[in-house]
Amino acid sequence: MSCSRRTLLKNTVKGAIAGAVPLSALKFLSPTEVKAAIGDAKVRWGFLVDTTKCVGCGFCVKACKKENEVPYDAPVTRTWVERYVITKDKKAHIDSPMGGRDGFTSRQIKDDGEPPENIPPEEITKAFFVPKLCNQCENPVCVQVCPVGATYQTPDGVVLVDRTWCIGCGYCIMACPYGVRFFHPKYHTAEKCTFCYHRITKGLKTACVDACPFGARRIGNLKDPNDPVTKAILSERVAVLKDEYGTKPQVFYIGLDYDVR
Amino acid sequence: MKNHVLRPLWLAIVFVAAILLARYYVVPSDFGVHPGVHGKSFTYGFYRQGDIQDWKNFKVKYRGRDLCADCHDKEFAKIKASPHSIIQCENCHGPAIDHPDNPATLKINRSRALCLRCHADLGYPDSNRAQIPGIDPKEHNAGEACVDCHNPHNPDLEDME
Repeated sequence: MSCSRRTLLKNTVKGAIAGAVPLSALKFLSPTEVKAAIGDAKVRWGFLVDTTKCVGCGFCVKACKKENEVPYDAPVTRTWVERYVITKDKKAHIDSPMGGRDGFTSRQIKDDGEPPENIPPEEITKAFFVPKLCNQCENPVCVQVCPVGATYQTPDGVVLVDRTWCIGCGYCIMACPYGVRFFHPKYHTAEKCTFCYHRITKGLKTACVDACPFGARRIGNLKDPNDPVTKAILSERVAVLKDEYGTKPQVFYIGLDYDVR
Repeated sequence: MKNHVLRPLWLAIVFVAAILLARYYVVPSDFGVHPGVHGKSFTYGFYRQGDIQDWKNFKVKYRGRDLCADCHDKEFAKIKASPHSIIQCENCHGPAIDHPDNPATLKINRSRALCLRCHADLGYPDSNRAQIPGIDPKEHNAGEACVDCHNPHNPDLEDME
């Protein structure tokens, strides 16, 4: 078999191109997969928390509980605010009394399992507040573990719980690395932040976003490049909580600190 | 085949058939795998589709300040011109729900604790809290209501009524 220089070069180029095509490019996709991949759903909800703006007033927690009918005096909440006080001995004092529902009105801080403490201001190196809520993960572990299909991810990326279907086994509560799930004291089913699904789908903001006077909480559509929240997430230095878990949270934080867990 | 083999076999078949029949009636028709963020995924998209609508139907309680401005335009204009313009009406007055039909009147929270949410001085330099005028609740007219001296719709001491 003879081989001219021209054929050799041609075949080399062809071979190189063929080798560069990944196997996944040859996979047959179902129409739904293609639709999802090209972004047929035009909405993907994302959240931006600016911890540098939070003053710990707790209006967000109050609004959330009332809006979503979470029993007001029960020690459970869909969103909460944590206080971090770092002292000169590099110790982090963290508390969130009643989830910060009534705001932080005293310097007294109560760490888990320790007596309340009054830290003198000269001992403090930094102190700040961090609002927490469901991260509406792209890979929600809480959904993976549900044995009955009672919790799921909506096409616009929000994780919801079907109260008529939940059997109350509590797997999802154990699975969530962020501890956002709890049992609803009245319905005895798993309960979590829904990004105020009834509000955002009507064009409103979530109750916590509306209640925040300082703009520390914002919600937007991550699929819309002109959305101010999407722009801020793309242009500012943001982080997510517990990145190492691979859950891909859709709640982004500005001003996270090493001690925030 | 022998009878003692067939009998339990029939029993098992009837048992399975009964389960399948019950499942047919109990499981709603919209329960199944639906397309979502991960395409058609059994892991993330196995659910009753009607539940999405159920959540959408949940009642909105916080209606926003534009609703208040429709009737309470004077009070609205007042707070809009003050440093408290960033605070939503419903933060202090409670959720409107179907006001003025239900509830007919909103209960006004005049408590000291409400003001202290922002104005208690914690001495934390980093958070935005330090930028807000703060008091020591134990020193600053302890026991008295803030609203006796300060108008929450116009808290500026210069314009104090």
